[in-house]
Amino acid sequence: MTGTAITKPKQMRKQSNLILYVVCILLAVLAIFPFYVMFINATRSTYEVQAHAISLFPSSFLANNFKVLSDKSFNAMTGFVNSLIISSGATLCAVYFSTLTAFALVAYSWRLRQPFFTFIMAVMMIPGQVTSIGFYQFMYKLGMTNNFLALILPAVAAPATVFFMRQYMMPALSLDMCASARIDGAGEFRIFNSFVIPIMMPAIATQAIFTFVSSWNNLFMPMILLTRKENATMPIMVSWLRGDIYKTEYGAVYLALAMSVLPLLIVYFVLSKYIIAGVALGSVKE
Amino acid sequence: MQMTETSPARKIKGVSYAKYGYMFCIPFMVVWLFFSLYPTIYTAIIGFTDLKGAATRTYKFLPDLFANYNAILSNATFQKSFVNTLTLWIINFIPQICLAMLLAYWFTGRRRDIKAAGFFKVMFYMPNIITAASVAILFNTLFGYPFGPINDILKSLGLRSESYNFAYSPWASKLIVSFIQFWQWYGYTAIILISGVLGVNPELFESAEIDGASRGQTFWKITLPSIRTILVFTLITSLIGGLNMFEVPKLFNNGGPVNETSTVSVFIYNQAFSGTYQYNRASAASMIMFIIIAILSSVVFYLMRDRYESAQKKLARRAARSGAIAGQARKGAAT
Repeated sequence: MTGTAITKPKQMRKQSNLILYVVCILLAVLAIFPFYVMFINATRSTYEVQAHAISLFPSSFLANNFKVLSDKSFNAMTGFVNSLIISSGATLCAVYFSTLTAFALVAYSWRLRQPFFTFIMAVMMIPGQVTSIGFYQFMYKLGMTNNFLALILPAVAAPATVFFMRQYMMPALSLDMCASARIDGAGEFRIFNSFVIPIMMPAIATQAIFTFVSSWNNLFMPMILLTRKENATMPIMVSWLRGDIYKTEYGAVYLALAMSVLPLLIVYFVLSKYIIAGVALGSVKE
Repeated sequence: MQMTETSPARKIKGVSYAKYGYMFCIPFMVVWLFFSLYPTIYTAIIGFTDLKGAATRTYKFLPDLFANYNAILSNATFQKSFVNTLTLWIINFIPQICLAMLLAYWFTGRRRDIKAAGFFKVMFYMPNIITAASVAILFNTLFGYPFGPINDILKSLGLRSESYNFAYSPWASKLIVSFIQFWQWYGYTAIILISGVLGVNPELFESAEIDGASRGQTFWKITLPSIRTILVFTLITSLIGGLNMFEVPKLFNNGGPVNETSTVSVFIYNQAFSGTYQYNRASAASMIMFIIIAILSSVVFYLMRDRYESAQKKLARRAARSGAIAGQARKGAAT
């Protein structure tokens, strides 16, 4: 009786450890497999893909596939640059002004401070997408469709980022040091720029990554606002791949997808440690 | 919520700094009013008018103000899209939260040291960061007919003798769209739950162990109740995201076959930006979703507020007991 009671849990743990690793490895394979097929097939000709859609090794048609894309005026560089401009602009606006707003919430006592914070929390979850029709009509009236500013400026008001920045700033910012900087003759805006921003750098980096990625990946808003071909972002260009002219160009479609995914994968693997920590932090701080 | 008043920030030599509080919020408020509040009101107004047509910019109010709303609510495609949205969300969320809980259970085990835990987390989260548009097109190609990789595998394994056209089957399309959502989001949910469990007071687990609780018992009786708020939070934020599902159903199969994977966002997009450009109908549909989402997010709001208040009360009690200084309470209130 006592013998089994001791050995049984050990056996069970061994068994469940095995299941754990099998499941985790399967999930890892599941995460990589689609991208693996994509990268390999980006180097293969349409004929090769038709014969065998899965291959272990790359082929030699990369340049060929690239030529097919350029012939169809699929210029990945345009999309890349447009996405880069919009995402960088939106990220700068979001982190700078969110930190400034958080500073107002943490460092100063003003009568509407608490109501304002409650308001931030209340509007935090509402996604912009549900009011896109009014937004589009408004931008159309201002003549701002096909203007990148329509996608950059709204980032100044990012309630979730303000919320995060405030939570980070509360314990990190020493008001006494603000006060001594003040005695040294620094203005409030100077204090923010040269004293608060450096302290907030870890939080700014985290939020910058997430704002950048979500702006980069956004399809709905850019798709309704940017109607000119030369203004297309990367996701908009990807959406063209459903069109009939790509129906039989298997290799080229894989290559176009690979070009849209590769920059993100590189960024992800370089910053993965911070990204995972950032996701985890989001839940702790809530 | 009581704020700690720290005197140096407030006034020095009679100078009031309150105005800077207002000043530094101006950019946020101005942009919010222009780019969030005004479009919301504008959408609501368009919902009561006759605005449609690609080139039309003038509109007048309808004699029956709620005509668009009635038309939308009785529109078969809208109803179908709404049901689809919920269906797609449910068949992705249930396995997602179950897998995330299992992973949280495994990755927070106190006795178990998982090799390469960091590597696994990086792998699980990876799909989340990749553009949903690219992912949708990629899966469309992977499940392609007749020359897609999945059909290739099925035939090589001898599971099928001929290629299967996934895009023609309503349920295959639904399952694949849900699977993509699941695949993109389970890693995120798992990381949130793992850090939630790691945030639970370790003393709770220790005392459970001393009392002789099994790992299963500890999980069901201690871990789950402790992360209840995070679970509800995950549920509602995922539901709000699910109600806005657009890229994957739009690009995987363009809402098809025959609207079988059309979601409300796809419906709104198609109403407003293709065919007859029915901005008024699309606005009415948007406002219906807006109201549902506003109700859901108010639940999140109260949850978070309650959490603050209880955290604050706990801190106040602790502070009173140990006579700690207010500065510490302020520090604690942030976490």
